[in-house]
Amino acid sequence: MSKANTKVTGANKQELSVARKANMRRFWHKNWMGYAFLAPFVILFTIFVVAPVVTAIGLSFTDYNMMQTPHFVGVNNYKLLFLDDEVFMTAMSNTVRFAVFTGPIGYLLSFFAAWVINQLKAKRAFALAFYAPSITSGVAMTNVWLVLFSSDRRGYLNYFLMNMGLIDEPILWNTDPTYIMGVVTFISLWMSMGTGFLVFLAGLQNMDRSLYEAGAIDGVKNKFQELFYLTLPAMKPQLLFGAINSITSSFAVFDIAVSVAGMPSPNYSAHTIVAHLYDYAFIRFQMGYASAIAVVLFLITFILGKVVMKALSSKDE
Amino acid sequence: MLKIKWFKGQWIHITFSKVLLYLVMLLLVAFTALPLVYVVVTAFKPLDELYIYPPRFYVSHPTTKNFSDLVVTLGSSTVPFTRYIFNSVLITVVVVFLTVIVCSLAAYSLVKFKPVGGKFLFDLILIALMFSAHVTKIPSYLIVNKLGLVNTYWSLILPNVAVAYNCFLMRQFITQYPDELIEAARIDGAGEFKIFVKMVMPALAPAWSTLVVFSFVSNWNDYFSPLIYITSQAMKTLPLALKTIGSGIGRAGATNAAALLTTLPTVIIFTVMQGKVMETMTYSGIKG
Repeated sequence: MSKANTKVTGANKQELSVARKANMRRFWHKNWMGYAFLAPFVILFTIFVVAPVVTAIGLSFTDYNMMQTPHFVGVNNYKLLFLDDEVFMTAMSNTVRFAVFTGPIGYLLSFFAAWVINQLKAKRAFALAFYAPSITSGVAMTNVWLVLFSSDRRGYLNYFLMNMGLIDEPILWNTDPTYIMGVVTFISLWMSMGTGFLVFLAGLQNMDRSLYEAGAIDGVKNKFQELFYLTLPAMKPQLLFGAINSITSSFAVFDIAVSVAGMPSPNYSAHTIVAHLYDYAFIRFQMGYASAIAVVLFLITFILGKVVMKALSSKDE
Repeated sequence: MLKIKWFKGQWIHITFSKVLLYLVMLLLVAFTALPLVYVVVTAFKPLDELYIYPPRFYVSHPTTKNFSDLVVTLGSSTVPFTRYIFNSVLITVVVVFLTVIVCSLAAYSLVKFKPVGGKFLFDLILIALMFSAHVTKIPSYLIVNKLGLVNTYWSLILPNVAVAYNCFLMRQFITQYPDELIEAARIDGAGEFKIFVKMVMPALAPAWSTLVVFSFVSNWNDYFSPLIYITSQAMKTLPLALKTIGSGIGRAGATNAAALLTTLPTVIIFTVMQGKVMETMTYSGIKG
C-alpha cells in the first residue's frame, strides 16, 4: 500500500486517501458491531479467566499472604512443592490414580453406552436414566451413597457382605484410608459417565447412513467392524470434545472427596490437588504457594488436552 | 437365534447378542438410576424405617414429615432453610440469564461479524476448555475481594458468566445459521441488534436451551465458588448448606429431604429440555 502511494500524483493521492478513509469507515462500521457484541464476554472473560491464569502464573513465583505485597522468590514454591511437600505428593498420586481410573473408564463406558443405546428401542428413556447422575449435586448424592457405604452393620453394602459371609466385621468405608479413595472413585464414576455421553449419543444419531451402506459394499461384515472402521473415525470431533471434558473434570476431583472423607481426610487418603490448592489458598492464605499448585494443575490438564488433540485431530479431513 | 412369528406374518428376531445387549444395558441403567430412585424413596421414609435392620430399600409408610422438619428444624436459629433455596434459585437464574445472553452475543459476533482478533479469542476459548475453573480461582478471589464483593450475590454471579464452554457450544451451533437470511434482513433495513434478537435468537432456541440446561446444572451444583466466596450463613447456597448441615442422627430424615430438593430441579430441567439438548450436542465436536 505505502509503496503504491509514493508513486501516485497529487490528485491521485487525494482520491486514494478519500477511498482509504471510506474503506476505514467501512472497516470500522463492520467491526464496530462485532466488537460491541463481543464486549460483555471479552470483558468478563478477561477479568475472570484470562487475567487470572496469567496472574496465577505470576503469583506462583512469589510469596504472597494478602497482607504484604507479593515478593519474588523465583522457583522456590515449585521446589518446595515437589521436593518437600509430602502431602502434595500424596495429593498428586491420589488425583492421578483417580484420574487414570475414572477418566478412561468413564469415557469408554459412556461411549459404549451411547453406542448401545443408539441401537435400542426407548432411546430417550435409556439416555435419561444414564445421563441423570451427572447432573445431580455431588454433595447431595454423596450423602445418599454414604448410606450404602455406611460404616456400621446397617450400611447396605456391609449388610450384604456380612450376610454373604464374606466379611465378619463391618468395613469402615469412609474412615479407613484403605477404602476411602475407592469409595470416592466409585461415586465419581457413577456421576461422571454422563459427561461425554450426550455428545457421543448425538454424534451417533447423526451419522451419515450412506457411510454404512458404502461400508457394507466394501466388505464391512459386523457391527464391530462398522464401529472401528466407520463410526469412530467419523466421530473424531465428538470424541475429542468428550476426551477434553473428561480430562479436565477428572483432574479437578474435590467435592466428592471432601463429602466422603472430610477435610483433611484420615491420613490424607482422599487429599487431591484441588483440595491442596483450597487448603493453602483459602485456609492458610498462602496465595503464592497455592498459585504454584494451580499452575501445576493447569499444566497437567493442558498438556494432556494437547496430546489428545493431536491424537484425535480431524482438521485435515 | 430365535425366530418368533408375530401377527401379520412379521418375524421378530431374538438373537443371543440382542438379549445380552439389553441385559447389559439394564444392569448399567440399574447402576445409574437406582441411587436416584433411592433418593426419592428415602426422602419419604419415617425415622424408624431409616434405621431399620436389616436395611430396606423401599418405604412402607411414606411421610412428608422430613420436609416439614427440614423447614422447621434444619435452618439454624437465624437462617431458615428456605433462605438457602432462595439463594440458590436467585443466583442460578441470574447467571443462566446473563450467560446465555453474553455468550450468544459473543458467539454470534465471532461467527457472523468475524471481527479482527476473533480468531485469537476463539483460540483462547479452546485453551480455556482444557483446564478446570479451579485454576483461575485464586486470582478471581483476589479480584472479587478487592471489589468488596465477598459474601455478596455478585461474587457467585460475575465470575460465572463468561464461560468458555458456553461460548464454544453457541459458536458451533451458530455456524449452521445461513448467512443469506442475515443478508436479506440487512437489505430490508433491519438493524444488527434487531436481526440478532428477532431472527437469530428465536431460530437458535435449541442451542440456548441447551445452554440453559448446562449452566443451570453447573451453577446449581457449584460447591467450590460459594465455598471460597461465602462465609456468611445467610448467603450460602444449597450444596454448601447441605454440607454444613451434616447428617446427624436426628437430622437424617431432613437431610434426605434436602438431598431430594437439591437433586430434583436439575433432573426436571433436563428431562423437559432433553430433545433440544440432543439436537445441539450434535454440533459440539472439536476439529482440533
